[in-house]
Amino acid sequence: MIADNLILSIALLPFLGAIASATLPLHAHTAAAWLSGAVMAAGLGIMAFLRPAVARGEALRTVVEWVPFLRLNLVYRIDGLSWLLVSLVLGIGILIVLYARYYLSKSDPVPRFYSFLLAFTGAMLGVLISGNILMLVVFWELTSLFSFLLIGYWYHTTAARDGARMALIVTASGGLCLMAAMLMIGHVAGSYDLDRVLASGDTLRAHPLYPAILALFLIGCFTKSAQFPFHFWLPGAMAAPTPVSAFLHSATMVKAGVFLLVRFSPALGGTEAWFYAVSGTGMATLVVGAVIALFRHDLKGLLAYSTISHLGLITALAGLGSGSAVLAAIFHIANHAVFKASLFMAAGIVDHETGTRDMRKLSGLIRPMPITGTLAIVAAAAMAGVPLMNGFLSKEMFFAEAVGWHNGTWLDNNMPWIATFAGVFSVAYSLRFILSVFFGPPATGLPKEPHEPAHWMRLPVEALVLVCLVVGVLPGLTMGGALNMAAQSVVGPDMPYYNIAVWHGMTMPLVMSLTAMVAGITLCLTFMHRIAEGPEGPPLLHRIRAQRIYERLLLALTWKWPRRLYRLAGSERLQVQMRIMVLCAAGIAGAILWHRLGLAAGKRSNPFDPAFALMWVVGAACAIGAAWQAKYHRFAALLLLGGAGLVTCITFAWASAPDLAVTQLVVEIVTTVLLLLGLRWLPRRQAEIAGDRRPAARARRMVDLGIAAALGIGIAAISYTMMTRPLVPNLGDWFLANAYHEGGGTNVVNVILVDFRAFDTFGEITVLAIVGLTVYALLRRFRPAPESAPRPAQQRDRGEEALTDDLRVPSVIMRWMFPVLIAIAAYLFLRGHDLPGGGFSAGVTMAIAFLLQYLAANLRWVEQRIIVLPIRWMGFGLLIAGGSGAGAWLFGYPFLSAHYRYVTLPVIGPIPAATALIFDIGVFALVMGATVLIQIAIAHQSLRSVRLREQEEEKHDQTGEGAA
Amino acid sequence: MEIILSTAIGILAASGIWLLLRPRTFQVIVGLCLLSYAVNLFIFSMGRLTLSAAPIMPKGGFIDSTAYADPLPQALVLTAIVISFATTALFLVVMIAARGLTGTDHVDGRERDG
Repeated sequence: MIADNLILSIALLPFLGAIASATLPLHAHTAAAWLSGAVMAAGLGIMAFLRPAVARGEALRTVVEWVPFLRLNLVYRIDGLSWLLVSLVLGIGILIVLYARYYLSKSDPVPRFYSFLLAFTGAMLGVLISGNILMLVVFWELTSLFSFLLIGYWYHTTAARDGARMALIVTASGGLCLMAAMLMIGHVAGSYDLDRVLASGDTLRAHPLYPAILALFLIGCFTKSAQFPFHFWLPGAMAAPTPVSAFLHSATMVKAGVFLLVRFSPALGGTEAWFYAVSGTGMATLVVGAVIALFRHDLKGLLAYSTISHLGLITALAGLGSGSAVLAAIFHIANHAVFKASLFMAAGIVDHETGTRDMRKLSGLIRPMPITGTLAIVAAAAMAGVPLMNGFLSKEMFFAEAVGWHNGTWLDNNMPWIATFAGVFSVAYSLRFILSVFFGPPATGLPKEPHEPAHWMRLPVEALVLVCLVVGVLPGLTMGGALNMAAQSVVGPDMPYYNIAVWHGMTMPLVMSLTAMVAGITLCLTFMHRIAEGPEGPPLLHRIRAQRIYERLLLALTWKWPRRLYRLAGSERLQVQMRIMVLCAAGIAGAILWHRLGLAAGKRSNPFDPAFALMWVVGAACAIGAAWQAKYHRFAALLLLGGAGLVTCITFAWASAPDLAVTQLVVEIVTTVLLLLGLRWLPRRQAEIAGDRRPAARARRMVDLGIAAALGIGIAAISYTMMTRPLVPNLGDWFLANAYHEGGGTNVVNVILVDFRAFDTFGEITVLAIVGLTVYALLRRFRPAPESAPRPAQQRDRGEEALTDDLRVPSVIMRWMFPVLIAIAAYLFLRGHDLPGGGFSAGVTMAIAFLLQYLAANLRWVEQRIIVLPIRWMGFGLLIAGGSGAGAWLFGYPFLSAHYRYVTLPVIGPIPAATALIFDIGVFALVMGATVLIQIAIAHQSLRSVRLREQEEEKHDQTGEGAA
Repeated sequence: MEIILSTAIGILAASGIWLLLRPRTFQVIVGLCLLSYAVNLFIFSMGRLTLSAAPIMPKGGFIDSTAYADPLPQALVLTAIVISFATTALFLVVMIAARGLTGTDHVDGRERDG
């Protein structure tokens, strides 16, 4: 139980720490460092506590049930391998925190740095201790994400932004491949549990999906571990602050890939494909990285390529897959982390104290910085594989594997040669690093005067270099136990104990090492000056850069191809877009209905009614007329539109839908008035538009006519087919049967709206409110077109008096309609639950009452007499509707449950008093408010132009007076 | 009856679609209105045509659901009518604002060049 909680706290602590440090003040360097250090130290303490349990050889597991029915559990497991790597991450993490405390300048915002660092650590630990392979992928992608944020920490520089983006794109797309692989693995193995997956290696290897799984899995690992040809993101990531580089490229991030290779080698490894792909890529990366590293002039660039090369070495070992190879791989993961972290930090110190990382400028630094220089020399010796250093041991083991392991393929036969060749270069670049930076004449013209750094900044390097030495001298005592524990957890408990010794006698690997040493020193001494004068990269090959290829590809994928596709298939013209949309909709509908829409013999039909037919002759004529006239005769088109609407309305009434008829009628009125108000702001159209008779325009119209006709016929066919088929029993029957018993109303449509499906209605009136407010907001900023501002010609010619005269009688009638309409609205509302009517139609009717007042008199006259506050109506409407729904909670029912009873009022008689009625009041208030708000907002625009006109007249008068 | 109504829906839809593809904002707005009539009638007709049988129930007693018009499409269309009014209003305002900003009533915000 204690172990369970400890494992969970290992998983959670870094994230909690990340949140905590994000809340620190901007420049709390020390506090943030202490917090981060404490989190990591606590983690290390837990690991120390768990060591005996892990050493017993069984994986410690903690399961938190998350979504049990999907078999999704949060499983954390710690075995020998993850124990070792978690300790490594946390141990180096503490040193990084200490180093960063002195590396970051006072002006860098620290909360962001440490919280990203901790979150990244948490994600990395998650990768290491996930016991579920899907969880592992999530953490894997989190490391990509947080490394993006860390690399881009100094986001004001282009290099940081580009480097971060490149790292993210490469590693996150690799992560997607990994996810696909994991999903397939889970499918094949029948479980996403890591233990089950690792145990089902035979099933996985025998499955036909194995090649696909392997390819995707390896792309995931290789992108993360910067294997050739995905290596190019790693040098780009060097734009990060040095502590980040030291952390990401030594113990974490890039090690996640090789960790996964090692971890999954029992499940996926052991085949020829695995050997060729993994060892082949590893050897290629080993050589490519080592060769390029020699030719880099940037200190961190050299270290980056060296990292790539060493990762290649580990990958090659993972491809071999034997027990000793796995042990060597794990050993080198640890060793490389230690010496590379110290080298990055040393390079950071050099950069920090001299202001440059260019090896061509740096020289003779051993004199001003003797201690840092010595430390760097020792660490570089470990990197080169000099005896008595930790790097030497794991490299010897790699050489031994290269020589000793045989499957007889050409790759296997040539492995010793390739390994020695890469060894030569790795000696050479290590030597170049040391010679050009620390030896030679004192450097001149450095941006800063070099001197030793603060002691605390050097301390992490000292500690790491000490580890290099101690492990190098006493490997069995220091690392032997942990390494064997880790290797056994991968390979199996029956793996024999591997004894790591410094001296094996004059063996083949030693000969290879010595050869590489001698050749490397010769190579470096001979060509060092020429390399310094040459370009940044190996001769001949420096023109071919993977990064360039990546950039070209990215440019093509994100810019060129989309634009080409857009030019091919898209348009900025709305007409073209609309046509595409209409055709797509038609195509989809056609594809769905194809072969299904037999024109079945009419099983259901109503007798032909000539009156109905005559009515629709008029309706159709109106519709076609509106379509025909809408361009030049807008007013006529509007009237014809209204005609079509009226016929629609009568159709509803005819076909047993009185509610619809009422609503359609009132909505028709407001729509027409609204469009009438809008007409005023459109350009005058007296002359024909230029180019309207051109053949192209005609052709367009003909094409559109064809499309419209075809779709119209199609829609008519579908509706005819539907209407003539018998009605199957459906949801409507239930509503009919239960409206009165359950909802307390006899008007089923209204009961559906305010009771059964009240939540839908609630959403709908919310939309209405949003639209009302949007209209209002849009019109507040509206400026009429200059040509629409003057008084219309009709008004100018006859004068204002004539206008009032015209409306004298109608305006009296309209004014007197106000109380009548209020009564009608109230009537429609109250009968709504039982008879046609309800909140919607009552609300619109009420809005018409206001509208008539605005039409009857001028706007200022109305607003002096009636205070209309549409926004409040809307607000209260929404509140009432929502409140009546929430009221149900008080009685323990779900939202919007309705209750009803009949109440007998004197004179009026029994009226339904359902809570749904309260909801309907809300609907009423909101619909009225929104409708009035929209109308008034548009009507007020005329006022705005009046004001504009008045201002101009005033100005005119003033200038006139001045002239007089 | 059915043949009349379906033809009517077809004509309304065709007029609406034709206007939808036109270059002037007012044409598009009228087109949307016509199309919304067509769509409302179409949805309504999914409940089949039933004459003189509005879904108003007696208070209690056995209910023969086949004797009444289907209330569900009616409920759907009722809210659709109100919502289509709202979208028409919104589009109208956008139309007015665009006209004020661009000085033209072409849907692209500028006259077709050439």
